[in-house]
Amino acid sequence: MPEGQLCNRTPISTEEALKALLADKGGKQYYDEMTKLDVDTVKLWSTIEKTCKTRTKTWLEICAHCGLCADSCFLYRCNNADPEQVPAFKIQSTLGEIIRRKGNVDNAFMRRAMEYAWSRCTCCNRCGQFCPHGIDVGVMFSYLRGLLYSQGFVPWELKIGAGMHRVYGAQMDVTTEDWVDTCEWMAEENGEEWPGLEIPVDKEDADIMYTLNAREPKHYPEDVAEAAILFHLAGENWTVPSTGWEQTSLSMFAGDWEACRMNVEKVYDSIERLRPKRVIGTECGHAHRATVIEGPYWMGRPDGLPPAEYIHYVEWVAEALRTGKLKIDPAKRIKEPVTLQDSCNYVRNHGLGKYTREIMSYLADDFREMGPNREYNYCCGGGGGFNGIGMYRKQRNVALLTKRDQILATGCKLVVAPCHNCWDAIRDLEEEYHIGIKWTFLKPLLIKMCIVPDHLKPQEEDGEE
Amino acid sequence: MESLMSFLTGPGLIISLAVFFIGLAVRLVLYFMGLDWRLDRVAYKPHMSEGMRGGLYSAYKWLVPFGTFGWRAQPFFTICFFLLHLGAVLVPLFLTAHNEILRMRFGFGLPSLPQGVTDVLTVATIIGLFFIILRRIALTEVRIITTAYDYFIIALVAVPFVSGFIARVSSAGSDGWLLVHIISGELMLVLAPFTKLSHIVLYFASRWQLGADYSIKRGGHRRGPCFPW
Repeated sequence: MPEGQLCNRTPISTEEALKALLADKGGKQYYDEMTKLDVDTVKLWSTIEKTCKTRTKTWLEICAHCGLCADSCFLYRCNNADPEQVPAFKIQSTLGEIIRRKGNVDNAFMRRAMEYAWSRCTCCNRCGQFCPHGIDVGVMFSYLRGLLYSQGFVPWELKIGAGMHRVYGAQMDVTTEDWVDTCEWMAEENGEEWPGLEIPVDKEDADIMYTLNAREPKHYPEDVAEAAILFHLAGENWTVPSTGWEQTSLSMFAGDWEACRMNVEKVYDSIERLRPKRVIGTECGHAHRATVIEGPYWMGRPDGLPPAEYIHYVEWVAEALRTGKLKIDPAKRIKEPVTLQDSCNYVRNHGLGKYTREIMSYLADDFREMGPNREYNYCCGGGGGFNGIGMYRKQRNVALLTKRDQILATGCKLVVAPCHNCWDAIRDLEEEYHIGIKWTFLKPLLIKMCIVPDHLKPQEEDGEE
Repeated sequence: MESLMSFLTGPGLIISLAVFFIGLAVRLVLYFMGLDWRLDRVAYKPHMSEGMRGGLYSAYKWLVPFGTFGWRAQPFFTICFFLLHLGAVLVPLFLTAHNEILRMRFGFGLPSLPQGVTDVLTVATIIGLFFIILRRIALTEVRIITTAYDYFIIALVAVPFVSGFIARVSSAGSDGWLLVHIISGELMLVLAPFTKLSHIVLYFASRWQLGADYSIKRGGHRRGPCFPW
C-alpha cells in the first residue's frame, strides 16, 4: 500500500496540509492509514549507513546485557519492573533489530518501534549514567525517532508539532504580528502597576535578548509580562526579537531534524541581527536543549556553541539574586516546605542544578531535595513529547507515578518547576492522583517576593483611570 | 602431543597474541576514526582539553569499585564484576607460569605476582563468573536481554580460567587440562577483537566518549571539571 493522504513520509510544509491534519481529530484517519503505510526499506538502510557511525554501533555491539540500566529507568520502575521496559531491551529490540536486519523491517515492526520510541523512553538520558560502558540509550532513541519520522511513523501530535515549526516557525500558530501585539498589549496592561514597563521589540545591541516558548504568548501572555516585570525590576537593558523569538522545538521530539535546524536558524539570525551581549531563554527545559545544546550542531557550527552567550532563565535569576539586581523581601520568603524539580534537559544535560539551588537558597526557608536529585533526578514523567501524545496518555499517567512518589516523600505541598514540560507533568499528576500539591514557575514567585524600589512603584498622585 | 604443545606455546601463541593486540588496536583506531562531530553532535576538536579531561575521568571513575553512583546503586553486581575483572586482567598478565613461557620462548616476560595471589585472583574470577551467570538466570530484567551469544562469551572466558586452575591444583596427569587451557586461552585471544570481548579496549573508547560528551556539550564547566559519575 502506498503512502496515505495524511500519514506519509512527507513533512508538513504548507498551512493547508497542516489544517487537513489538524482536522483529523485525534488522528483517527492518520493512524488508520499508518497501519497500511509501506516501509521504504532501501531508504531506511541507506540513511542508517550514512548516519549510524561507530559511537552508536559500538554501543549496540558491546552492550554486555548486564541489565544495570533497568533500575536507572523510571519507566521500568513505575511499570512494576516490567522486563520489557529495560532500556537495553527496548533499544536492542528496536534500533538494534533494524540494524541487524539491514533495514528490512515491516509495517508492524515500525509501529511497535514507534510505540517504544515515544511511550517507553522520554530521552531523559538517565540510563547513560548507570551503564558501565557509558551507553546512552536516550541518545539512541532520539536517533531512532529520526529514522521513524523519516518513514512517516510518528505520533499524530508530533507530526503536527513539527509541521507547526515548519509552517509558522513556532510550535503554535503565533504569527509575527500576534507576537508583537502581545508584547505591546502586555506592556500596556501592566503599565499602570509598573510605570515605565516596556517590552522593547528588536532593539539592537541590548544587553539581553529574551527568547521564549510559543505557548507563553499564545496561552499564558502573563508569563511574557512577568518576564518583562522582572527585567524591569532588575534594571536590565533588554529586548525581544520580532522573529526568531520561539525557542522550543517539538520537531526535536518528533525527530524532524530539518525542522529543528530551520527553527534554530531563525533564532540565531535574530541574534546576529540584533547583536545582544547575551541571550536568555525562558523557563523551559527542551527549548534550552534544542536551541543552546543541540542547536549549534543542527546549524553545523563547528564549535558547538550558539552565536552569542546563551543562558537559561535560572542562570539569570541566580545571577540577579547574587548581584542584588533582584532583592527578596525576607518577610516574604517561602515558609512552608518546598521542593524543586530538576529538568533533565538542563540539569542532567547541562549542569545547571547548582543555579536552581542557589535560587532556592534565596527564596525558601525550608527547601527539601527530592531523592534522587540534580543529575540523578528522574524525569517528570512527561518529557520528550510524552505529555502531548493522546495515544499514549495511559502510559504517560503511569509514568507520573515516580514523580508523585518523589514529591510525596519530601512532604512538600509546593513544587518549583522551572520547565514547561515538568510543570505540565506535575499539574497533570495532581489532576490524576490528587495529592494536594501546588506547582509553580519561578517568575510568579519572584514577582510576589521581590522588593520593589520606590522609584519603580506607581506614584499615588499620577494614578488615573 | 609434544609437537602440538610446542606449536601452541610457540607459533600458535605468537599468532594469537598478534591477532589480539593488532585486532584490538585496529578496533580502537576505527572507533575514534568513526567519531563524527556532526552526527554525534559533540564538538570534539575545538574543546579537546575539556573532552580529554572529562573522558579520562569517566573511564577512570568506573574502574574504581563503588567509585560511581551507578556502582553504589548495585552492590551485588559491583562485587561480582570486580571479582571477575580483577583476575581476568591481572592473572593472564602476571601469572608466573605465563611469564616463564614468555621468557623461555621470547626471552622476555612481565614481572610476576606471587603464586598465592594469582591463585586467589583466579578463584575470585571463577566465583565472580559463577554469580554473574546465576544473576543472568535469576533476574528477569537480565534474562530478557540475555542471548546464547552472552553465554558463549562467558564460556570463552570461563574455560581458560577453570581449566587453568584445575591444571594448576591437580598433582598429576594434568596435561589434558593444560591443553584445554592453552587452546581455550588462545581462542579467547583470537576472538577478542571480533566479539563483545572487544570491550577490553572499547570500554575505554565508549566511556571516554560519554565523558567527553558531558564535558564538551552537556554542562562542562558549569558543574566543575567533570561529570560527577
